[in-house]
Amino acid sequence: MSFFIQLVVSGFALGMVYALIAIGFVIILKCSQAFNIAQGQFVMIGGYLGFTFLVTFHLPVWASILAAIAVAIVMGLLIERLTLRPLVGKPVLAIIMMTIALGAILDGLATLIWGGEYKTYHGVLPTLSLSIGGISVPSETLIGVIVAIVVVAILMIIFRYTKSGLAMMATAEDEQVVQSAGIRVTTVYALSWVIACVTGVISGILLGGVSGVMIPMSEIGLKAFAVVLLGGIDSIGGAIVAGIILGVLENVAAGYLDPLLSGGGVAHVFPFIVMIIVLIFRPHGLFGLRRIERI
Amino acid sequence: MSLPSGTFNQSYAQDMAIIRTKAQWIILFAFLVFLFTCPLYFSDRILTILTIIGITVISVHGLNILTGYCGQISLGHAGFMAVGGYVSGILCAKLGWSFWAALPTAGLAAGIAGLIFGLPSLRIKGFYLIMATIAAHFIIIWVILQLYNVTGGADGLAVPRPEIGGFVFKSKASYFYLVMVIACLVTFLTKNIARTRAGRAFIAIRDNDLAAEVMGINLWAYKLLAFFIGCVFAGVAGSLLVHYIAFASVDQFPFMNSVWYLGMLIVGGMGSTAGAIFGAVSLKLLDELVTIAGPALAAIFPAIAAQAAASLSLIMRGLVIILFLIFEPRGLHHWWERIKAYYRLWPFSY
Repeated sequence: MSFFIQLVVSGFALGMVYALIAIGFVIILKCSQAFNIAQGQFVMIGGYLGFTFLVTFHLPVWASILAAIAVAIVMGLLIERLTLRPLVGKPVLAIIMMTIALGAILDGLATLIWGGEYKTYHGVLPTLSLSIGGISVPSETLIGVIVAIVVVAILMIIFRYTKSGLAMMATAEDEQVVQSAGIRVTTVYALSWVIACVTGVISGILLGGVSGVMIPMSEIGLKAFAVVLLGGIDSIGGAIVAGIILGVLENVAAGYLDPLLSGGGVAHVFPFIVMIIVLIFRPHGLFGLRRIERI
Repeated sequence: MSLPSGTFNQSYAQDMAIIRTKAQWIILFAFLVFLFTCPLYFSDRILTILTIIGITVISVHGLNILTGYCGQISLGHAGFMAVGGYVSGILCAKLGWSFWAALPTAGLAAGIAGLIFGLPSLRIKGFYLIMATIAAHFIIIWVILQLYNVTGGADGLAVPRPEIGGFVFKSKASYFYLVMVIACLVTFLTKNIARTRAGRAFIAIRDNDLAAEVMGINLWAYKLLAFFIGCVFAGVAGSLLVHYIAFASVDQFPFMNSVWYLGMLIVGGMGSTAGAIFGAVSLKLLDELVTIAGPALAAIFPAIAAQAAASLSLIMRGLVIILFLIFEPRGLHHWWERIKAYYRLWPFSY
């Protein structure tokens, strides 16, 4: 039983990482109808930025996070202006290929800059401890939960109560109507990419402190798409619920099935199996909007 | 297709002909003669590159039917190649089949895998289908790793080179001929599939699947057919690759390969047979360029020497795809058409 609970708790931490990646993806989708496959790479870059500022430059934690956010803002603006703006109104495939190519370039740049090695900065981030009924909850899980909740709360407030947040929601619905209402769509797009980059970088720093960063980390981005689909691709709340569900399920499945199979690696394939099941039986996910198509 | 001035189609056969004028026959014949005499002029290193390009062309033709003609975007093509490669490798190495029986079986097996993972395509499309095919890739690779007794799992599987009547395709040149003959056949086949009833149905589905259904096209059958044909070609390419390396391992079919195959389609131009060839050739040549330029750059920037080649090739390919997406979404095929039009009309401007 305690083995089971331990699996659930560590699955929670994984689920939070999934959820943070999924949120970045959902934001861009909600605002600009662009599918951003490179979200995993944003997280990876975030992890390396955390390493640079925390370990190489010895900055305090708050300064490192601010510096990383500044870099993320510049990155988001550049990416939107240089690669995505020329593709507004192009078919899905063009936009997806663009973000995949972008991901490849970010992978390559990160390898050039940081050397493609495994970096970790355990113990640099602040620690919390909590134990429930004799089961100790690792500090990473707690911090992950807190960061995710804070990020989501901020985003919810932005989307519900600020003018730019409302403009973003409206743009997702119909960009021509929004333009005729006097909202600059290009600004909205830029803002959405900046938010996605910042979310990605923050979760990257978090992940770097927990399990370290390396280039293949961007593959987590692919696994996070199972979360996006399960939660419904246009639901931020769904991303969190689905992230937790999938993180816990993946950990439990890996914990019990890996010893039974010779090759192991259940954790590596589990999200993809969930993805196929969701796609076949409920393509709009748990909380997503069901879309009706017309000619 | 516009014809050179003074040439008119006067019969149905002329209208349907792929190769219409004498000049086209001469150019085609000259190209084929050049292609099949390559081993006379080039070293083994260049023949290796050309053989790999040939295998890639076969695979990209399959993806072109699936994505370029039928509009069903697949990011699992490397996974389907792995199915073909492993089926043919196991049949030859463990069951002692002849390569010539294993090659079509490999294609068929990959096609069936394509059918299974193509099943969701009726309900989902666009982004969702991409996700389903990504999932297909990782599930296929995982299954291969699980079946340790059959596939050798992570250790890989030694595969014999094909042979016919005692002659083994051992030298680079002989395998080059084998691959090029199959590549030419597949090119011819693709060109013609695109002009059949099925090919026209694919194009209708790509342009607007709801409208196509209303016009009486059986979406379910034709989408699955596109998956089947595309994956059969992938399986054949995978089988050829495995027998060329004489070893099967999952590292030969990384996920990024699927991405590059789609990239080749974009660079070459979607929905065109020539485009698939242009794309495969140009991206592979770009790679070779980076391999040559890598050591030179490493000499200039010693700090990045170790990773220079790998990361540079990632950056260069990504950059090329981005530039084509922004500035020439119709791909190299469109340039080729413009050159041909210019040649036809010269010295007049139109």
